[in-house]
Parts: sequence; C-alpha cells; structure tokens
Amino acid sequence: MTDKVTVRVQRYRPEEDAAPWEQSFEVPYSEDLSILDALNQIKDQQDPTLSHRWSCRMAICGSCGVMVNNEPRLACKTFLRDYRDRGPVQVRALDNFPIERDLVSDISGLVEHLETVQPWLIRARESPVGEGAYLQTPEQMQRYAAFGQCINCGLCYAACPQFGRDPAFLGPGALALAQRYNLDSRDEGAAQRMQWLNADVGVWSCTFVGYCSEVCPKDVDPAAAINRGKVASDLNYAVNLFNILRGKDNA
Amino acid sequence: MNFQQADMVIVGGGGAGLRAAIAAAEANPRLDILLLSKVYPMRSHTVAAEGGCAGVIQPHDSFDAHFDDTVSGGDWLCDQDVVDYFVRHATEENLRLEHWGCPWSRKPDGSINVRAFGGMKIERTWFAADKSGFHILHTLFQTSLKYPSIRRCDEYFCTDLLVEDGACAGIQAIDMRNGSHTVIAASAVILATGGAARVYRYNTNGGIVTGDGMALAYRQGVPLRDMEFVQYHPTGLPGSGILITEAARGEGGVLTNRDGYRYLQDYGLGPETPLGEPRNKYMELGPRDRLSQAFWHEAQAGRALATRRGEAVNLDLRHLGEARINERLPFIRELARTYVNVDAVYEPIPVRPTAHYTMGGIQTDRHTATALPGLFAAGECASVGLHGANRLGSNSLAELGVFGRVAGEQAAARAGQGPVLDPQRLLAQAEDNAARLDALRESSGSESLAAIRDAMARAMEEGAGIFRLPGQLQQTCTAIAELKERYRKLGLVDRSRAFNTEWLNAIELGYLLDVAEAMAHAALARQESRGSHQRPEDFPRRDDAQFLKHSLVYRAADVPRLDWQDVVITRSQPAERHYGDAGQQEAKP
Ligand SMILES: Cc1cc2nc3c(=O)[nH]c(=O)nc-3n(C[C@H](O)[C@H](O)[C@H](O)COP(=O)(O)OP(=O)(O)OC[C@H]3O[C@@H](n4cnc5c(N)ncnc54)[C@H](O)[C@@H]3O)c2cc1C
Ligand code: SF4
Ligand code: FES
Repeated sequence: MTDKVTVRVQRYRPEEDAAPWEQSFEVPYSEDLSILDALNQIKDQQDPTLSHRWSCRMAICGSCGVMVNNEPRLACKTFLRDYRDRGPVQVRALDNFPIERDLVSDISGLVEHLETVQPWLIRARESPVGEGAYLQTPEQMQRYAAFGQCINCGLCYAACPQFGRDPAFLGPGALALAQRYNLDSRDEGAAQRMQWLNADVGVWSCTFVGYCSEVCPKDVDPAAAINRGKVASDLNYAVNLFNILRGKDNA
Repeated sequence: MNFQQADMVIVGGGGAGLRAAIAAAEANPRLDILLLSKVYPMRSHTVAAEGGCAGVIQPHDSFDAHFDDTVSGGDWLCDQDVVDYFVRHATEENLRLEHWGCPWSRKPDGSINVRAFGGMKIERTWFAADKSGFHILHTLFQTSLKYPSIRRCDEYFCTDLLVEDGACAGIQAIDMRNGSHTVIAASAVILATGGAARVYRYNTNGGIVTGDGMALAYRQGVPLRDMEFVQYHPTGLPGSGILITEAARGEGGVLTNRDGYRYLQDYGLGPETPLGEPRNKYMELGPRDRLSQAFWHEAQAGRALATRRGEAVNLDLRHLGEARINERLPFIRELARTYVNVDAVYEPIPVRPTAHYTMGGIQTDRHTATALPGLFAAGECASVGLHGANRLGSNSLAELGVFGRVAGEQAAARAGQGPVLDPQRLLAQAEDNAARLDALRESSGSESLAAIRDAMARAMEEGAGIFRLPGQLQQTCTAIAELKERYRKLGLVDRSRAFNTEWLNAIELGYLLDVAEAMAHAALARQESRGSHQRPEDFPRRDDAQFLKHSLVYRAADVPRLDWQDVVITRSQPAERHYGDAGQQEAKP
C-alpha cells in the first residue's frame, strides 16, 4: 500500500458557491512531491474543476502563491515531506486578497501598487545607446541587488497585517521595488518616488511586524527596504527605529 | 460578446511581446497599443532563462565571429541575411536593456562582464548572475509601464485570429476572470506567444508554454517552418526537467558518467580540458545537440547513473568553490537544493537531457511579417530564420530584443493603415468561434484531457526526441493523428466560466496537438541528419543536395502538407561542423 497524505483544499466557485468551503483529497505520498505537484495530481486524476495558478514550477515566475497551513508559501517550493507528521495539509488562497476562484486570488491590487511607484530607471538626461553602458561597480550593484530579486508573488502581502487592514497600503513588494530603483547608482528618480514613499499609503503605514521578510521566498527582505525608505524620508527617526528593532545599524 | 478596437494588438507579454510594445510606443506615441497575455507579463516563461544573452562587446570579438558561430552552430540552415542583421543589432539591444536598468553582471571596474557559452568561440554572453531572463523580463515589464499608450489585458487567453478579406483583422480572446468572449479589432497583430516544448514529457518549459501562437497561425493557413528542429538541453534535472543552465559549464562545471569519466572526449569534443579551465567549443562547451546525443549513447552503453528519478550523469561544480558558485550560480545552487536535495558546493548535480527550445515556428520574413498580411511574429513562436537546425544558447534572448523591436516598428507602421474593419463582420466570425469554444466547455465525450496530453508527450519523446528512429517516428505520426481523433471526443467536467482552467487547458491541448503534428511530419519528411534532427539509422548524414532547405508545414484536412524553401546563403558555404581539436584544424570558410 502506498502512503497517502490528506490535502484539504479550499474551494470557491463564484457562480455556484455563496462562500468558500473545503474539500479533502488523498494524494499518494512521495518525497519529491511539492504542493504544486499534489494540486496538479488532484486536478488530473480526481477533480478537474480545481483551479490554481502555476507555470514555471521552479520558484521564479511567482504564480503559485497559496496559504499552506496558514503560512504564505510558493506551492512549487513547498514539499509534502515537510508536513508529513502534522496531519492533513491545508491549502487555501492567499490571505488579504479577494478570491477569484478556488486558489486563484485577485492580485490586480498588487500589480497596481507596483505600477504606482514608478519602477523604471529615471534620469535627467538619457544617454544614447551609442555612448555605451553606464558604469556600475559590483559594490554599487550590491546595494540594490536583494531588492531586485522580487518575483511579485504576493506572499509578503498575504503576511502583512497593514495590507490586510488597508488594501491601499502600497505594501512590502512595491516599496521594495521602489527602493530597488532608488538605490541604483544609475537612477535619479528618488525624489520623484518620494511622494509615494511618504504618502499615507507609503512607508509610514508600516508597523514593522517584519513577517513579510520571513515569508519571502527570494530573500528580498522587504522590511529592510521599507526601513531604508523611512531612513530616506526621515533619517533620524528611522535610524533610531532601525537600531531599536534590529539591534544594528545598517542604514 | 465584447468588442474593443485598438491600433495594434500584441499577443504575449514575454520578452518579445514587451520589447515590441515599447518599440511601437516609441515609434508612434499616438498609437493605441494593446498588450494581451494569458498570464501577468512577469509570469511569462522568459522569466526562467538563466544563462545569458549574446552580443559582441569584447575588442577581440567581431560581428563576423558571432555570425560564423551562429551559422555553423545552426548547421547552415540559418538565413544568413537574418543572422547578419541580428549580430549587428544584438549589442545595442543589450545596451538598451542596461539603460533601462537591467542589472547585467559587471567587472570590478563597472563595465559589462561576459561569460563563455556553448558553441560560441569567444565570450559574448551578457548575464545577470544566473537569472538573466528574470532580470530582462522584469526590466522590460517595468519599463513598459512608463508608456501610457501601452494598454494591457492581463489574463486574457487568445483563442482565434480574425481574418477578413485575406488580412488579419484582429483577435478573439477569453477574459479568464469571467470566461466571457472578447473581440479586439486591429489592423496589425503581433504574435509573441513563446515556444512549445510542453509537447514533450521532460522539458524545461513552464506549464503555459503550449505553442498557442504557432497553432493560431497554422490554423489560418500560415506555414510553420523548421518545426522538426527541437533542441534538447543536455542538463535538466531528472524527474522534473528543470533547467540547470549551460552557464554552469561556462563557469567550469564538468560532466562525468557513472565511472567519474569525462565522457565527452569520446564524442569528438576532446581532448579533455583541464579542470577549472573551460575552453570555448571544447568538451562541456560543445553545442547542445552533440552533448545531448552523447548522453543518449552513454545511457545505451549502461554508463549513466541510475537515480531514483531516472537515468542521469553528473554535473560537477565542486571545484568552483562556494564563493564563485554563490556569485555566479546562486539560483542553480537553490534549484539543486530544492528539487534534488543536492548542495552543488559539496556534491555533483544529477542531470539529463530535456526538451528545451523550438528552433522552428511561424514562418516570417526578415522583417517579422508572416504570409498573412497584418500578422507579425517574433520571439520563440516565430521562425525568422536565425537559428537554423540548432540554436546557440544565449542567441534566443538576444533575438527577443532584436526582432521584438523590428516587429513593434513594422506593426506600428501598418497600424491604422489597413483596410477599414467592419465590426459586424468580425462579430459574426467571433460568434461562430465562441459557439465552438462553448461547446468544448460543455463537451461530454468519453476521453480525458490528462490522458491525451500524457500520451502525446510520451509519443513525441519516443519518436521525435533526441534520436528519431525510423519505425518509432512513423508511429509517433500515427499516434498524434489518433490523439487528434480522441481529442474530438473529449469530455470536460467543469461547466463554469470563472477562471475555468480545465477549459483553457483543453484549448491548449488542441494547440499542442497541432504543433506536435507539424513537428512529427516535418521530422519524417526531412530524410537526413542535421543539427538537432538526427536519424542515425536511416539517414545518418547531412544531405545538402536535397535538404539545404527550410521545411514548411501547412495545415490540411488529413495529413499536413509539406513544402520546402531555399535557405538564404550570402557568404558562408556549408562545411562540416567540428568542435574540440577537430574544429581548430578546420580552416574557417
Ligand atoms: C529554462 C529556460 C532557460 C533558458 N535560458 C536561456 C538563456 O540563458 N539564453 C537564451 O538566449 N535563451 C534561453 N532560453 C530561451 C528563451 O528564454 C526563450 O526562447 C524566450 O524567453 C522566449 O520568449 P518569448 O517572449 O518568445 O516567449 P515567452 O516569454 O514564453 O512569452 C510568451 C507570452 O505569450 C503569452 N501567451 C502565450 N499563449 C497565449 C494565448 N493563447 N493567449 C494570450 N497570451 C498567450 C504568454 O502569456 C506569455 O506572456 C531559455 C528557455 C528556458 C525554458
Ligand atoms: S518581496 Fe518577496 S514575498 Fe514579497 S512579492 Fe517580492 S518575492 Fe514575493
Ligand atoms: S510555479 Fe512559478 S513560482 Fe511556483
């Protein structure tokens, strides 16, 4: 007999369900099986009406964010082996986003926030391509490198109590993206982006819970990005806060 | 039925589609440009490209050298006028990406760094660590946000091209959120829908890479070209097929068989290069087709490792050391850890060949125009004539920039200039299509989607894989025809409209089957061995007298119709492809 694992999946079909409900499936266990593999197996072999997003299955496209046992995770980078002894695995759509269908969340709000922070290189004068590349040393690149690793998966938004309370809050991912450009030695747009960092919905909304950085699958550390934003918008206050909370000076 | 009008539509938000959108917006800021994609653009599979993007930049390199590597790498099936244009414009596209913020890896002095890549004689592969595609895609997506004239329809699934009076008049799509049908009328349409390697069982491609645009064009009578050429990447993870980039070998990784022996020296790629001194076009840096074929022989001879995820060889990076692995190949370390539980710093990574890239695609001229007026194609879905019988790694990301831009400019020039479109006629066409699609959603036949999909993927691997053996190839053609028959008797369970992925997957399966059919029949018709297309038993040699030609596959009622097109040869006459020492002795033509 093969070993089976129970996966409890949230279902919600707007055309027929008044509210989300839960359906249980048994999936044959194997050590390599990711949550995404399990969902695909369920869809192929047990219930083709299950809908979930996925594509790359290598943790880089950012499609497959779901809550696994109440934690925001990438389904393709989370393995049943790590839940084996903890009873059934529960999978539901990401917290803090409206549900479109089953495990599919409406992430349009997240995408709008990304667009808001003007995430492109801003220069007073754009040099023609013929003049060659802008110089940037590996050390200069290092300053924004981590903030440039964001795959827009939304896990940090699902982890963020402030975004949960107020969907207008730009949130960890978008603020990290703003900092990715602000800290780029080639960029001259920090002043322009400050209106967003400083806005009601910007860095000051953050209550520094820090859970966003914990759940980030790409080590972006959005909480640190937000702190750098606070530093930029109010140097003294932020340095103090940062020191108190982190016990180190990184600014 | 919803109706929208735009000056031009781009189907696909990957590297090619985004680059086209930006080029069009810059060419004519007054155009209303609609960028439509079945996933949010940053989910497109360009995101998964790891290794890098070609472009001549070193002083001792030259356009001619890049041209020679590309043409010989493609086993002389490249259109040389296209290759010329490409090598001359690749670098400026890489620089443009840099000016838009792409974090290309740098030398200590802040200038661009390049790495070695298989089949490239001189280092010319620009890279952003081992996440080049990720950075290119996000840079293009974010830059596209600056242009107010680029409108997006995210999570819209294109189902049909609309054709009136012999010209492309727009497209039809399903709004995935609610399952409604939409017509978008436009006199210029660009297909940038990516590749099709999901027709194979083990592949490096994301679930969305299902050949949609190829099938859409094919169904409108546009020929697919060079479809028999499918590249196997020599180093995918066993089981999943997830890619371990060629850059791992460019940085010095070596391949060994179960005896710890660097077997590539037995396949015309030697002599063995010293550990830590990779040499362009030798051993591990030979071209992909040769490396994948060598694996096949090793496995046949019982010299592969048996792992619980299937047969594999070892990719050994240990001698690079932790610091270099972390700097140059951090994503590879993460992938190996996550998906095969191996830390590349301490253990070799098991790898095997996996289907990776479609050299062929929608036939276009060198200006990206297809045979259907108003329809353009760029990126992996297109066959512009660049890759021939085997693509060199890092040429395809560069292609997205160079020909994405051309497509954007060409479409912009046509936009608003085509015939005046009659909405009523388009809507009538679209209603028929919608009826067909809705009938599919409600279909209640006996056949299962997953069963047909899996049977197709197995058949393609068996008969149209690394080696195409006579009986098996014929069987694959027959199997695909049978599967197309079974597809007609599909039964779906999900009757709803909101984000109904069963329905969308069924439409994708229809696309996949069309593409598989074109691939298998082109492979059958090409009675020679060239580049990635190898028929060692019945036609083991290249045959320039008969087959120095592009294949063209046209859709027809029963079996597809085959035709041939001359290859454009300007200055490099076909010669033998040699690598390793043999390549050194060969005087370059
Ligand atoms: C793992 C991997 C690594 C690679 N590494 C390299 C490398 O290092 N160097 C290199 O040069 N090349 C590499 N390649 C190849 C290269 O990345 C691809 O050829 C290229 O990214 C394809 O880009 P594209 O824009 O044509 O398509 P994609 O990026 O695949 O985009 C296709 C777009 O079309 C949309 N689409 C498709 N069908 C529909 C439809 N029916 N309706 C609406 N929208 C649709 C999709 O949503 C998507 O937005 C790699 C490929 C893979 C798979
Ligand atoms: S910061 Fe991390 S968790 Fe948040 S969207 Fe980006 S990658 Fe995902
Ligand atoms: S499927 Fe792409 S991140 Fe999980």
